[in-house]
Amino acid sequence: MNFSIPKETYTGRIPEIVFGKEKKAYFGGESALPFHFFEGEFIYKPLIAFEIQDDIPEDYPEELAKVYSSVWDSPIKWAKFCETLGAEAIALRLMSTHPDSKDSKPEEAADKVKKILSEIDLPLIILGSNHSEKDAEVLPVVSDASRGYNCIIGKAQEGNYKTITASAMAGGHSLIAMSELDVNLAKQLNILITQMDFPREKIIIDPMCSALGYGFEYTYSVMERIRIAGQIQGDNMLCVPMVADVGFYVWKTKESQASESDIPEWGSLHERAVMWEAVTACSFLLSGAELLIMRHPEAINTVKRFIGDLFS
Amino acid sequence: MLIIGERLSVVSKKVREAIIKKDKKPIHEIAIEQWKAGAHMIEANIGPAEDEGEGVMEWMVTTIQEVVPLPVSLDTTNSKAMEAGLKVHNNQWGKPLINSTSLDPERFVMFELAAKYSVPIIALTVGKGGLPRDAEERVDIAAQLIEKAAEFGVSLEDVYLDPLVLQISTSQEQAKEVLRAIKLFQQLNDPPMKTIVGLSNISNGCPKHLRPILNKYFFALLMYEGLNAAIANPAEIIEVVKTISIINGKTLYAHSYLEI
Repeated sequence: MNFSIPKETYTGRIPEIVFGKEKKAYFGGESALPFHFFEGEFIYKPLIAFEIQDDIPEDYPEELAKVYSSVWDSPIKWAKFCETLGAEAIALRLMSTHPDSKDSKPEEAADKVKKILSEIDLPLIILGSNHSEKDAEVLPVVSDASRGYNCIIGKAQEGNYKTITASAMAGGHSLIAMSELDVNLAKQLNILITQMDFPREKIIIDPMCSALGYGFEYTYSVMERIRIAGQIQGDNMLCVPMVADVGFYVWKTKESQASESDIPEWGSLHERAVMWEAVTACSFLLSGAELLIMRHPEAINTVKRFIGDLFS
Repeated sequence: MLIIGERLSVVSKKVREAIIKKDKKPIHEIAIEQWKAGAHMIEANIGPAEDEGEGVMEWMVTTIQEVVPLPVSLDTTNSKAMEAGLKVHNNQWGKPLINSTSLDPERFVMFELAAKYSVPIIALTVGKGGLPRDAEERVDIAAQLIEKAAEFGVSLEDVYLDPLVLQISTSQEQAKEVLRAIKLFQQLNDPPMKTIVGLSNISNGCPKHLRPILNKYFFALLMYEGLNAAIANPAEIIEVVKTISIINGKTLYAHSYLEI
């Protein structure tokens, strides 16, 4: 008797996200669990966006400074540099708007966004500074400034989703909805967002990221539960793509910063830091992320190769 | 949980008059209300319909499906009317349901129709000898109905066993026999047999203000025992369905779970 591999029956297909105006980028659209090629269709590969910031970063460690310090005084130069590195999408983090940073005004952020959009063809993800109240002021203004450019705006959270959702809807953008490491809260936030008539098909869940060794497994298992609920248990609200904001968390870790002279047994800082980001990112692909936001070009290349190998 | 909207029944004066006058408006309204309230299927109960049964059933099915994108549960003892309903039913939104057969040989023709049109059927666990006394008698009849279904070539997945809910006001001890029967029915086959009830019969004859209360609590217990489908007023039970699905772990909890 021939053995046939038992196949899972799926209740939902992840909506596909297409963003960008001139050049477009794509992710999502799959009909089975991550890389279960034998059970469903995978129209698009996971997408990696290069993270840039709107001002000179205050906390980029040495390994990132080596790559970006010559361009980071201008987000346009920075974005163009990423383009030369093969970026398919840019994630602009408006870090200078954070009250503990420069507390720059929503209008300044909007100006920067407009300039980038006029000079760069790549699809854009626009992120606030993760300060709930300030994001509620900044994101509606940048959302309006980027109207018609079909961006991804984020992140809407429980405390600020109303204004951000309304503006993303008016601006015609997709939306990142972030909740704190909890499958029930992720569902609840998506219900609230869709109750404002924002289309479910344009929501991307950020279950809150983490770095390898720093709570990584919490994010991983929440992602798994979201995927299973959305695709196998028929939970429509959770049947949407997910983002892993990898670089933001990885480049705060000790492993991405400690010098070789401080901890010689950890080996090469460069290799270690790049691998820390690459391994964290690859693992989140396995738990279901379709969109990765990353920083180091070498880590990005490694992850791209990993994706290419899995898809070949 | 398959919810079948019960309100289009000849028992209701409004519906009866609409059928006689061929007035579509009340039928449309009730069908739409039940669809909006969460029904997955609409029951068309035309009773024995000895006169003009075929025409009445055709009219009901097409009138309902004009306004709601749902399948219809066809409830009549008249086999000609049943077949007429099956013929005009638009299967685009799912198959119709035959309501019902039983162990009364006169009703076996319904099994024939279920096989011929390859549609699901409700099998009431009553024989010719009157109402079942307890869960064991219901199971005994159910086993015979399963045999009959197989004999007529009806797939067991298409059979919904109905333990026959009786009135709490006159047959109080039967309520818990029905609950036990729902559990026992499932053990008659692997995969488990499907089960269904006509819910509101539990509160038939009770004061109006008590009826939704009795229906809801009884329904929660039935769900706990593994009930698959109910002919009920969807507006009355939808909260119970959602809440028990959360408590049973079938749906993932979120604060707004009642709103979706």
